[in-house]
Amino acid sequence: MDPQAALQMLHKGVPTSWYLALSAVLFTIGVAGFILRRNIITVFMCIELMLNAVNLSFIAFAHEHKQVSGHLFTFFVMVVAAAEAAVGLAIILTVFKNRSTLNIDEIDSLKN
Amino acid sequence: MQNLWLIPALPFIGFLINGILGRKLSKAVVSSIAVLSVVLSFGLVVSVGLSSDWGANPIHQHYFTWIQSGGVNIGWDFMVDKLTMIMLMVVTGIGSLIHIYATGYMAHEEGYYRFFAYLNLFMFFMLNLVLGANYLLLFVGWEGVGLCSYLLIGFYFVKKSATTAGNKAFIVNRIGDFGFSLAMFLIFMTFGSLDFGKVFAAAPGKPAETLTAIALLMLLGATGKSAQIPLYVWLPDAMEGPTPVSALIHAATMVTAGVYMCSRSAAIFLKAPIAMDTVAIVGLATAVFAATIGLTQYDIKKVFAYSTVSQLGYMFLGVGVGAFSAGVWHLMTHAFFKALLFMGAGSVIHACGGEQDMRQMGGLKKYTPWTCGVLACASLAIAGVPGTSGFFSKDAILTAAYAHAPWMFWVGVVTAGMTAFYVWRAFWMTFWGEYRGGHASAAAGHGHDAHAHADNHAHADHHGHDDHAHGGQAHGGHGAHGTPHESPWSMLGPLVVLAFLSLAGGFLFNIPKFLESMFPLHEEVANEQMLMGISIAAGLIGIAVSYFLYVVSPEVPARIAGALGGIYTLVYNKYFVDELYDATIVQPLVEGSTAVLWHGLDQGVIDGAVNGAGSGSRSIGGVLKHLQSGNIRTYATWVVVGSVILLVAMGLNGGMVR
Repeated sequence: MDPQAALQMLHKGVPTSWYLALSAVLFTIGVAGFILRRNIITVFMCIELMLNAVNLSFIAFAHEHKQVSGHLFTFFVMVVAAAEAAVGLAIILTVFKNRSTLNIDEIDSLKN
Repeated sequence: MQNLWLIPALPFIGFLINGILGRKLSKAVVSSIAVLSVVLSFGLVVSVGLSSDWGANPIHQHYFTWIQSGGVNIGWDFMVDKLTMIMLMVVTGIGSLIHIYATGYMAHEEGYYRFFAYLNLFMFFMLNLVLGANYLLLFVGWEGVGLCSYLLIGFYFVKKSATTAGNKAFIVNRIGDFGFSLAMFLIFMTFGSLDFGKVFAAAPGKPAETLTAIALLMLLGATGKSAQIPLYVWLPDAMEGPTPVSALIHAATMVTAGVYMCSRSAAIFLKAPIAMDTVAIVGLATAVFAATIGLTQYDIKKVFAYSTVSQLGYMFLGVGVGAFSAGVWHLMTHAFFKALLFMGAGSVIHACGGEQDMRQMGGLKKYTPWTCGVLACASLAIAGVPGTSGFFSKDAILTAAYAHAPWMFWVGVVTAGMTAFYVWRAFWMTFWGEYRGGHASAAAGHGHDAHAHADNHAHADHHGHDDHAHGGQAHGGHGAHGTPHESPWSMLGPLVVLAFLSLAGGFLFNIPKFLESMFPLHEEVANEQMLMGISIAAGLIGIAVSYFLYVVSPEVPARIAGALGGIYTLVYNKYFVDELYDATIVQPLVEGSTAVLWHGLDQGVIDGAVNGAGSGSRSIGGVLKHLQSGNIRTYATWVVVGSVILLVAMGLNGGMVR
């Protein structure tokens, strides 16, 4: 695609597939961070990242299909994410108080 | 119209009162309830007998339908015909006498009320057995008397040998009952009914093979209940029970149930000649076999027990050769004299303070003249001395046997000689000579046990004493082995009545004549006088030989025993039949069950399956538990892997379905 054609396309508006690609990238980054990082705060942020990647897909599809339900779902996710952030951060604070660590691999009391 | 149901109901009421309340009642009340219930039922039997015209049709009363299921219709019906009448008279008459006797004999025993409750329960079942108008009711009584027999043999249940003997009787009888059950099934299959009337009316039209099978299976049942070869082994051991029980159940009534059943089923047996021959041969073999054992025993009750087995063999011989009425006649006279022998033996044992070994007796004639007198009557009767009851019935059987097959007659005559010999041997050993007991200062049981061991026959059932130690408290504190003493009149009264019946029963009750309408009389045998003479001679020779051996020269028997050597040992130990059964049936069963059923099936298969399921789950869980590492990142990895697998699978299936 030559720059001229790309500019023309942008002029019509960014295509939906680009949004979806960005969403996929963001989600993958979130998954990778969740699996690979050991700091609970980072893991927590990765979860937020995945949620928002999904939100982006919802919005993109809602725009594509001209339907409002995608927006609705996004609001739901944001509400849940806010609640989760409140509870999750409280848990993290308590865990840190009790164990003096934020290393997720050391928090495995529920094994076997 | 008599209410037949009252006849068994009265003893049952007695059983309920004594069984439930007996512990709180005094002995006088318990015994009067028990005796009264049986005597009243005897009175009812007599009134039924007197009021009946004995026409062709038996008295038949239907009370209610017991089982109604498909084609099975079994009513609670009682029936009285002439055969039933004889059985009813024997059961309630002898039963009453024995109940009275038992009030004296058991006076100082523990569990007095329990004894009489069982005894009344026995009367109930026995009357049910003889009154029942179909095979199932007969079977109810049949099983019930077996239960009571078990309970009463094991009456002294603190004694190991008594409980073992009870178990033995019960288990051996199961084998016979198995045969009887099969016979009933076969009867139902063939006739579609268990009612005597329908079955016997239809019997002549059925194939002989089926009837033979039914008759043989019935015979198996009869060999169990009536102690015939091969199932006779329980009866000698049953002498562990109190002596009135031996007299009532194991001599006079229950053990004759097999003879009754075969006579009742005459219509079937008559159409099955092979079965008839089998009955005759089994009876004859048992008669000889048991008589030879009786020759050598020293325990007075054991002698009479083998005598019972032998005499039951006679009855089966009579039934087997077609002389049903002779068999039933012998059943009745045998009930008289054998009950008397046992109760006399009980009186002797009572006199000697619990001693049962005849070598510890002797000379009792002067201590217990009444017992001696009545036992003499019984011994004359069983020896078949002319004029006594035993003579008539035995002669009737032997004559019929001669008409059937002369060799059976000769074997029967030899048996009659042996019978006379061993009964009179017991008589001489008990009442003649010098009193041989009392020398031991030790307690009765102890002294005897030592004796038994010294004689090197410490077989369990040689200690067959019923722990009868009333000597002590009751009769003025003389030691158990002190001077023998005569029994109280509550015991002697029934003995005297029975002694009269033993002597005169043959004249008084001409059973073959009475039963002629049911069982046709046998055709006359040509030289009947001679046959009678031979059987009389056999009995008299038996008595004479025993007199010579045990009174004139008492040292001879030991010499004869020594001369016979191995044969004597064999007979003395009852042909080792118990040991043979133990080695061929009991031990293989026990060991097979232990190895296969217990260790193999129960511990191996069943426990193995249960434990295997448990330990299998544990080991699988042991592997799976490592999945739950507690590490969140591992969980997330699993989720990712799962999602990838799902996505790949969807992709391979052509994407999302619209």
